[in-house]
Amino acid sequence: MIHTNTLLDAAFRNLTRLFAFAVFSLLAAILVSLVYGSQDSLREFGLAFLWTADWDPVNDRYGALIPIYGTLVTSLLALLIAVPVSFGIALFLTELAPAWLRRPLGTAIEMLAAIPSIIYGMWGLFVFVPLFQRTLQPWLIDVLSWIPGIGFLFEGPPFGIGIFTAGLILAVMIVPFITAVMRDVFELVPPMLKESAYGLGATTWEVSRKVVLPYTRVGAMGGIMLGLGRALGETMAVTFVIGNAYRLSPSLFAPGNSIASALANEFNEASGLQLSALIELGLILFLITTIVLALSKYMLLRLSRHEGART
Amino acid sequence: MSTISMSNPVYRRRRLVNRIMLTLSGAAVAFGLFWLFWIILTLLVKGAGSFSLALFTASTPPPGLPGGLLNAIVGSVLMSLVGVLIGTPVGVLAGTYLAEYGSRGWLAPATRFLNDVLLSAPSIVIGLFVYTMYVAQVGHYSGWAGAVALSIIVIPVVVRTTDNMLMLVPNSLREAAVALGCPKWKMISLVCYRAAMSGIITGVLLAVARIAGETAPLMFTALSNQFLSFDMNQPLANLPMVIFQYAASPFQDWQTLAWAGAALITLLVLGINILARSLFRK
Repeated sequence: MIHTNTLLDAAFRNLTRLFAFAVFSLLAAILVSLVYGSQDSLREFGLAFLWTADWDPVNDRYGALIPIYGTLVTSLLALLIAVPVSFGIALFLTELAPAWLRRPLGTAIEMLAAIPSIIYGMWGLFVFVPLFQRTLQPWLIDVLSWIPGIGFLFEGPPFGIGIFTAGLILAVMIVPFITAVMRDVFELVPPMLKESAYGLGATTWEVSRKVVLPYTRVGAMGGIMLGLGRALGETMAVTFVIGNAYRLSPSLFAPGNSIASALANEFNEASGLQLSALIELGLILFLITTIVLALSKYMLLRLSRHEGART
Repeated sequence: MSTISMSNPVYRRRRLVNRIMLTLSGAAVAFGLFWLFWIILTLLVKGAGSFSLALFTASTPPPGLPGGLLNAIVGSVLMSLVGVLIGTPVGVLAGTYLAEYGSRGWLAPATRFLNDVLLSAPSIVIGLFVYTMYVAQVGHYSGWAGAVALSIIVIPVVVRTTDNMLMLVPNSLREAAVALGCPKWKMISLVCYRAAMSGIITGVLLAVARIAGETAPLMFTALSNQFLSFDMNQPLANLPMVIFQYAASPFQDWQTLAWAGAALITLLVLGINILARSLFRK
């Protein structure tokens, strides 16, 4: 009897360990499969793939510069919009909202993360884009393109679709992720610290800006990196609204392309070297997001360790 | 006191800044809610308006003919079901290792770290992974490949919730079981799993909500199919791909179907999310 149980115990432990190891090796397996799938392209173009702007299926010449540029610019634009908004929401939910309002409001914001990506894309293309193109965008172009220095960012005809629209929709999509992390870390601030500041006569804003934010800086950065990681790999929403044009344009209102949308648009029709080049794009996306997400996780871990040391 | 402070320009400025910033923070909440309600309203008006019985009984039509989304719904349900059936046991067992055996050694912390990265990894890359490992090897798109891709999205969600929920089980329960002479495998399966059950189910529900709307990984694995099919070894229709293809089509009735499908998925996903939350609170 005892013997069977020892045996079963060992079997169960090793079974769980096996599956844990499978999860552990999944990322490495993804990396290996992508390198394997893109070997033709890796061999053909080498490192120059990263800064070549051609994407020419007719002559079979491929370079990743335009999709990489589009991916980075849309994601940074999304952060630029989403970070202050998320900070505002997190501040409202932790410091200002009455207790009975916190849960429903928090849930509503989290629902933004539940809406599938394709719905954002479809809604963006058929509802937001026409409205934006007719009303807000011509006005923005009129006003902003005259600002010296950054005016060139807003030049050109109002297409509706383009890098800016993609960035804006990405921003809405990542707000719930950044907000969730910021809310969590804001709640870690010891009440004693905040009360001391209030006791000295600080206003709510001063407490948030000078006590809460410095205390949670690392964690908040982790949340921002998490949002960045999400934005970089977002596919369907961007595919609908970015315009899918292989053109490098300084204007944010011009159509562009991102790694994920290039994959979504061309993969099913591609073969040979183009297929390999597309998989290499996927490999680049995987490497960028993995590094960003690992950094994010590392920052959040650092905050909790720091937290452990204090108490 | 207040009259003194109000006459002081420094105080007045600080108060003003405070008020502006707090208003902006409220505006940020309004900004978030604005998009949520706009999107849901659009879906209700454009999609839910065309809900009918035919949506659930007829397959996707050629342009110009009446039809529904039956084949897409069947395909989505099949692939999600298989995806969850593969992903849940793998995720629960791996999560069990992290929570119950992971206090020593390098595997548990490393896996926890990588699992969190996997949780947010772009789903399109997971589609590429399954494409190169499976679809390219057997030479054709299939429902199995789609289900495998979805299971890879399910796994990290389930691992994480299982790990967190088992960690919340009080140690006194474990000690009580062991004191009665219970072996560890029995303690975990009879005591810990039961205590953490509602949390683990919440995790599985959230994973279902997550894969219900996933499009990118199915694009390179299951592709789509015009007809009603139960054959998992062939390309399989699914709601997200049908929405993607039909939304971009020039035909009015196809676009209407796409909106109906979009409303269906979103209501389902939001419903599951709210259900999972209320289940967990209990």
